[in-house]
Amino acid sequence: MNIVVLVKQVFDTEAKIVIGADGRIDDSNVTMVMNPYDENATEEALLLKERLGGEVIAVAAGTPKAQETLRTALAMGADRAVLVSDPALQSVSDDYAAAQALAKAVSELKPDIILTGRVAIDYGSKIAGRVAEILGIPQVNTVTRLEVNGDKAVAAREIDGGSEVIEVTLPAVFSAQKSLNNPRYPTVAGIMKAKKKELKTLTLADLGLDATMSGKMQIVGYSLPAGRKGGRVIPGEPGQAAAELAKLLRSEAKVI
Amino acid sequence: MIFELSEDHQMMRKLARDFAEKECLPGLEERDEKEEFSRELFAKMGELGFNGVVFPEEYGGTEADYISYAIIVEELSRVDASMGVTLSAHLSLGSYPIYKFGTHEQKTKYLKPLAEGTALGAFGLTEPMAGSDASGTRTMYVDGGDCWILNGSKIFITNAFYADTYVVFAQSDRSKGSRGISAFIVEKGTPGFSFGQKLKKMGIRSSATYELVFEDCRIPKENLLGKEGEGFKIAMNTLDGGRIGIAAQALGIAQGAYEAAVKYAKERQQFGQSIAGFQNTQFTLADMATQIEAARLLVYQAAYLDSAGKPYGKASAMAKLFASETAMWVTTKAVQIFGGYGYSREYPVERMMRDAKITEIYEGTSEVQRLVIGSQILKEF
Repeated sequence: MNIVVLVKQVFDTEAKIVIGADGRIDDSNVTMVMNPYDENATEEALLLKERLGGEVIAVAAGTPKAQETLRTALAMGADRAVLVSDPALQSVSDDYAAAQALAKAVSELKPDIILTGRVAIDYGSKIAGRVAEILGIPQVNTVTRLEVNGDKAVAAREIDGGSEVIEVTLPAVFSAQKSLNNPRYPTVAGIMKAKKKELKTLTLADLGLDATMSGKMQIVGYSLPAGRKGGRVIPGEPGQAAAELAKLLRSEAKVI
Repeated sequence: MIFELSEDHQMMRKLARDFAEKECLPGLEERDEKEEFSRELFAKMGELGFNGVVFPEEYGGTEADYISYAIIVEELSRVDASMGVTLSAHLSLGSYPIYKFGTHEQKTKYLKPLAEGTALGAFGLTEPMAGSDASGTRTMYVDGGDCWILNGSKIFITNAFYADTYVVFAQSDRSKGSRGISAFIVEKGTPGFSFGQKLKKMGIRSSATYELVFEDCRIPKENLLGKEGEGFKIAMNTLDGGRIGIAAQALGIAQGAYEAAVKYAKERQQFGQSIAGFQNTQFTLADMATQIEAARLLVYQAAYLDSAGKPYGKASAMAKLFASETAMWVTTKAVQIFGGYGYSREYPVERMMRDAKITEIYEGTSEVQRLVIGSQILKEF
């Protein structure tokens, strides 16, 4: 069983976002981590390998720094890793370009199963659908349970108010929901071994893709959300204060 | 000179931090309040490979370096100083002497389970009359023909009662002073080996501390560690390394208190602004950050020297001295920034201040560290 897991390096959820002098997000003092949903995808890939045998290959597209996230996947237990890194791909938020590159890299690995997180927490991108479409294979998103039997897989996915069970023929793409599993910690031994595992870096040219391939988007600028305004305390007796509150909700806030 | 952690070390830090925050933090206050040791957390650390992090794979370890070890103890202690010292005493004191001075058979039998995390280690040196002066050891041993026979007692033994394997020091002839001391490996459950009082402590309350009692305790001949009379050398050599662990523990305590203080200073409003807006607070936070950074460089330097196989006795004494005094100063100032809340058990800095104090005392008091550094400096000139 060839299992590919797509992982993305993102800002730590507690990172403070700062816009630099050049108008871009300044990541120089930010801790980078593996996208949390990709941790679930990696865990599922490792569980499948433990059950069915085979190989887990972690794949990422990003800057050379994204190697760190691939090393984390290797430390968790992935067998080898591929990083697609190219100056043409530096615009991290362009899903179109990233998906083209990832799909090409993945197709060369001839996977039976492709796993990734249901969403990247930085730009909200959902790469699973794009990759599946480019490869022309089935996809099941927001998966909470996954069973593989021969060349078929049964996956349960979250839908409004319930879950839906879907059977697909492999190869197929699955995107992981948080509740799919409980990601393991990498171990010290895993971290030590990760150094010795293969981590290949490919450019767009290596993949036979046009290095001048442009994205579909142009980032015009960034701005931070407006700071939260302080609350307001209405003083006085409870009855009076409540009356005043109701009046303000009607006249000032215009919500009732 | 490279002042940056390698990718491995950064991964170790993230792993240890995640473990401390997700596994040690829940229940921490209760363990402190009830003085409860958690063997379960120790076993979980073993599964991650913390418990034998520096030892060879052959003996159950994971062959990482002492910087990795320091980072793990630091990150545990940033959240839970008791867990930090449990690991430090287990690895540096309980396991290291077996690794360094043990035979292949002793390492296979004792070090392997210690490093793999199935066994817990402890170190029995301190006695009522032998604290900073280990040559005053009064626990006696005699050659009983087919065994060694131990009599005496030890106090303030970290991990005792719960530990499976103890490295114990005893004297054959008090007139010989430090040259009469030998080291032995003693298993829990050996007839004649029991535990005395549990020590009620100011801080690190969820770390176990007990007395060891030996009454005609017969130990197999093959459990002598090193040669007869080498005990003092083994103890001193072990304590040099142990200092790196305690220095890392102190560093972690300081870091935890500093982070709590910065966060609180930004939230706490007085006189119409956050107290972080006052220059007085900023100066305190600046001093905290600077001292912690200096302590960190000393700790990692000592760990680097140890890993590189270079002399590290002076460096580890400096790291332990500076980091422990930094921990005491930073936690005291953190309590001050929290004001009345800082004195309350509702907030973590109260515990951190109690935990910090011991780092200036155990594994060589600050005074002993100055003695070690002073004598080394004079030798160098």
